[in-house]
Amino acid sequence: MNLVVDLSGRHYPRSEESVVETPTVAARPHITVRGLSKSFGGVPVYSNFDLDFPKGKVTCVFGPNGCGKSTLINMIAGLIPYDDGDILFDGKTLKQTTIGYVFQNYREALFPWMRAIDNIKYPLEIMGMSKADCDARVEELIASFDVKFDLQRYPYEFSGGQQQLISIMRALAPHPEVLFLDEPFSALDYEMTLFIREKLQEIFHATGVTMIVVSHDLEEAVYLADHILLLTKRPTRVADNVCFDAARPRDLSTLSSDAFVQTKARCLEIFQREVRK
Amino acid sequence: MKSSTLSFAPGITRVARALIGPAALILIWWIANDSAWVSNKLLPNPFDTFGSLWSSLLSGSMTVDLGATLYRTLYAFAMAAAFGIPVGIALGSNERIYRSVEFLVDFFRSTPATAMFPLFLLIFGIGDFAKIAVAGFSAWLVVVFNVAYGVMNSRKTRILAARVMGASHWRVFKDVLFFESLPQTFVGLRMAVSLALVVIIVAEMFIGSTNGMGHRIIDAQQVFDLQQMYASILMTGGVGYGFNVLFIALEKWIVHWAGR
Repeated sequence: MNLVVDLSGRHYPRSEESVVETPTVAARPHITVRGLSKSFGGVPVYSNFDLDFPKGKVTCVFGPNGCGKSTLINMIAGLIPYDDGDILFDGKTLKQTTIGYVFQNYREALFPWMRAIDNIKYPLEIMGMSKADCDARVEELIASFDVKFDLQRYPYEFSGGQQQLISIMRALAPHPEVLFLDEPFSALDYEMTLFIREKLQEIFHATGVTMIVVSHDLEEAVYLADHILLLTKRPTRVADNVCFDAARPRDLSTLSSDAFVQTKARCLEIFQREVRK
Repeated sequence: MKSSTLSFAPGITRVARALIGPAALILIWWIANDSAWVSNKLLPNPFDTFGSLWSSLLSGSMTVDLGATLYRTLYAFAMAAAFGIPVGIALGSNERIYRSVEFLVDFFRSTPATAMFPLFLLIFGIGDFAKIAVAGFSAWLVVVFNVAYGVMNSRKTRILAARVMGASHWRVFKDVLFFESLPQTFVGLRMAVSLALVVIIVAEMFIGSTNGMGHRIIDAQQVFDLQQMYASILMTGGVGYGFNVLFIALEKWIVHWAGR
């Protein structure tokens, strides 16, 4: 996999050209995916797939079951290898880029043998940051997240929402350029979903980090997104890339605004058209 | 009457309930002995047996044997753990290597350790170390097998989480795989210490020993000192049970996240 990423450096000028030709996204691209191919057991999921993710925007990925939403972001984040193609972050390879990743299942993603605070410090320690810097960064995160619970406890001692919040803090600790979230709400109850959703908005407002969120809930996707990336059934293509530019911070009134309702309806229309194909 | 029982602290009630079984067994033993259902030549009086256990502990004659057995068992176990855990993690994290030695592990695990006494006697001579080595070897196989399975069945998400944060192979190994496999490692360690005790006792009985609980039991049998034989059997059982309790407590303390 690394080999493919390394090779991509040489193809960079070509990628640059094709970025200009891609009309769907107006903002400056942060992640460029070119000629991505991936098949599982001989069945192609992605074949010569091109896509840009805009910088400093929230992109929600939505599509029919099994279309490879998670597969796409996992390939971009380097969790699973891909067969062919180039993925670049501002022209850099994955190895040269700091990313954060929030898993769907926080229970299986946090390290239960470490205290919550050590979980958050872990990516910093891997980067070789000094103990004092680690502590300072964690303090900064605690302050910006307004964390009221005691991080000296172990992950399993927290509620689901708190655990997912710890996961998000861990992902954000090393100042990632891109934050990936794979269905971050699907293991949470509704109250916690609302809570984490607001936290994500705050983080985005405060840091402007590029966010890519895989979602299976259209309302949630539209609410969070600047762009809703709608994918087709396999072999996966981009069905449409719908913009939603309602002002931030968004709140309950956003959910009942005309723009929201129309955008959601449009996404649903495209989605249903794709599912019936 | 009933209400007074209920007013006990739950801990006391639990202990009392746990003691019903042993008390019943001793009662049956006593009745069987007292009413001569079983010949006195085969079954001594339980209270005399406990008295004999107590006096041999006090006189120190049993403590020597007990100490020797404990020393050998823990020595064998320590070697099994020290060599078994790293090998188990290494095998478990590389499934191809594990598959290629799986047959060997399963074969020797299924071979009764006692069948290998002669081989170990040949290699290590008739000293103490032959006994420790054979017990250590069988315990080691159990540790390796369990640790390897613990690693192989560990949840992939945490490994991915560490990798996406940029952790090297070595860091994934020591920060994630080791801990992920700990619950299964403890299962292995508990089985290993029990097995080490069994093998050591048998070795003390049959491959020339001058001390140890196994030697003591067989000695008492030879001279038909039934009280002493039963007392020694009870003590050996107590040791095995004690190890089990100790390891469960250790596991609860170290693997505090298990099942949560």
